[in-house]
Amino acid sequence: MANHSPLLVGCAAGFSGDRTDAAAPVVQALVDSGRPAVLIFETLAERTLALAQLARRGNPEAGYEPLLDDLLRPVLAQCLRHGVRIVSNFGAANPHGAALRIQQLARELGARRPRVAVVHGDDLSGPEHRALLAQALGADMPTQPIVSANAYIGAQPIADALRAGADIVVCGRVADPSLVVGPALAHYGWQLDDWDRLARATMAGHLLECGAQVTGGYFADPGYKDVAGLARLGYPIAEIDADGHCSITKPASTGGRVDERTVKEQLLYELHDPAAYLTPDVVADITGARVAQAGTDRVRLDGVRGHARTPTLKVNVCFESGWFAEGEISYAGARAEARARLAGEVLRERLAGVAPLRIDLIGVASVFGDDAGRWLAAQAPGDARDVRLRVALQHPEHASAQRLVREVTALYCCGPAGGGGVRTAMRPRLGTVSCLVPRAAVATGFTLLD
Amino acid sequence: MTDTVLTVPLHRLAHGRTGDKGNRSNISVIAWHPALWDVLVDQVTEEAVARQFAERRPSQVTRHVLPKLQAMNFVLDGVLDGGVNDALNLDSHGKALSFLLLDLPVQVPAALAQHLAGPR
Repeated sequence: MANHSPLLVGCAAGFSGDRTDAAAPVVQALVDSGRPAVLIFETLAERTLALAQLARRGNPEAGYEPLLDDLLRPVLAQCLRHGVRIVSNFGAANPHGAALRIQQLARELGARRPRVAVVHGDDLSGPEHRALLAQALGADMPTQPIVSANAYIGAQPIADALRAGADIVVCGRVADPSLVVGPALAHYGWQLDDWDRLARATMAGHLLECGAQVTGGYFADPGYKDVAGLARLGYPIAEIDADGHCSITKPASTGGRVDERTVKEQLLYELHDPAAYLTPDVVADITGARVAQAGTDRVRLDGVRGHARTPTLKVNVCFESGWFAEGEISYAGARAEARARLAGEVLRERLAGVAPLRIDLIGVASVFGDDAGRWLAAQAPGDARDVRLRVALQHPEHASAQRLVREVTALYCCGPAGGGGVRTAMRPRLGTVSCLVPRAAVATGFTLLD
Repeated sequence: MTDTVLTVPLHRLAHGRTGDKGNRSNISVIAWHPALWDVLVDQVTEEAVARQFAERRPSQVTRHVLPKLQAMNFVLDGVLDGGVNDALNLDSHGKALSFLLLDLPVQVPAALAQHLAGPR
């Protein structure tokens, strides 16, 4: 099964809500290369799965990535025609539903019938898993209703599905880098304890998993870090060699840039101890890693080492945790900041005893501030002339949270002079707790649809 | 003249990006130029970063130094008011916090000024 022609992996989405027109240039570049190639979409963040479970409650056929059609329609037929295989976690809370939709989409496009594999084992939300979660979470076990519980599973079922001939592998919660490790495992036939190679492919996956964040997205800072063509960013392609080392590139004639700086920022993104980046597949060590420009928009990563994977898998559990309420009102012109501050004081008095109230003065101090208001209190009052007051709180009861909405709205008649542009929102809140469970407690595998 | 020391914000010496997991934030600090590396290692310490985030009451600040990448990774525990599902902040991920760290004042020998990013 071992194959030593370099593997190309392109990534056309870095989260649920990413641009949906990214895939076409990536697929064209993969096809033009004439090499073995895989396209991935990464569409699951920490809370996306809980939202997907809630969607599925309302409609049993829903629960997969809502933009699935938009992501796949432009490229599905071309991928099937040219043998570019697709691996994604866009199955979310309903991978089987996504797989059925993909088959239907292929029919609509007049493409050949794809062999679609569904990876399973990550979903631990069923009652049969409750005792496992209770044991692993201990005192952290939520008392509120659980919405979702998913283990971060690894690359093996993806690799197995590809070896079995799948054109498309639909996953739920797999670790993001495993979307790349799976295809590399299947392509090169590495052993499951070939830690160095698994770690290198893992870091290739880490660089790809946020899409354009390695090709100039989330990087631009005018005058310091300029990026051309931010409105038409090219998404990344990793060339992975037989030892797992990778070079990151992007399609020609797209915006963005791939240089040592964009790659370093993404290499360290959401990483804690660089000697021990934990995934289900391996413990990656980047303390000896180097990045080097190897051409225009081409950066090579090497020096990554690997260590034996841990005996446990991480599980995220989301639960219903009440209601989040926020409201905003604007003040402009002379003494705008003083009027906005006064409106905040009025709300604090009116909402005393409901729940801790967060107050922001947008245009003066907001996002750097802490919920307790210590940052805002440290800013001396000024004379800003365009200030938007924002307040927020959370409460287990809908009616109590809603008091904030009413009080902000009432500022129209009862608040300081000249307040305008009230906007309010109420959202159900989801809490998250995490734990580790033994690998043996999570049975993973795949099914090929008929 | 060479003894002169400039006080500049960290963003003249380094760039970075924030990531989050739960109530933990990590922020990279990546040197614009190798000549600035020693200044970064000397002055952008765990203590200096903890002071810069004092209002957020970090329970722990850990610095990981990566000389081959000319980069440091700061891990700040307990600074996100519970994280994305619990904080009341507009930016509940703390995505903007790299720019709070990059405001940290740093003393730079004038001889290194040519390597600073941004306006001369």
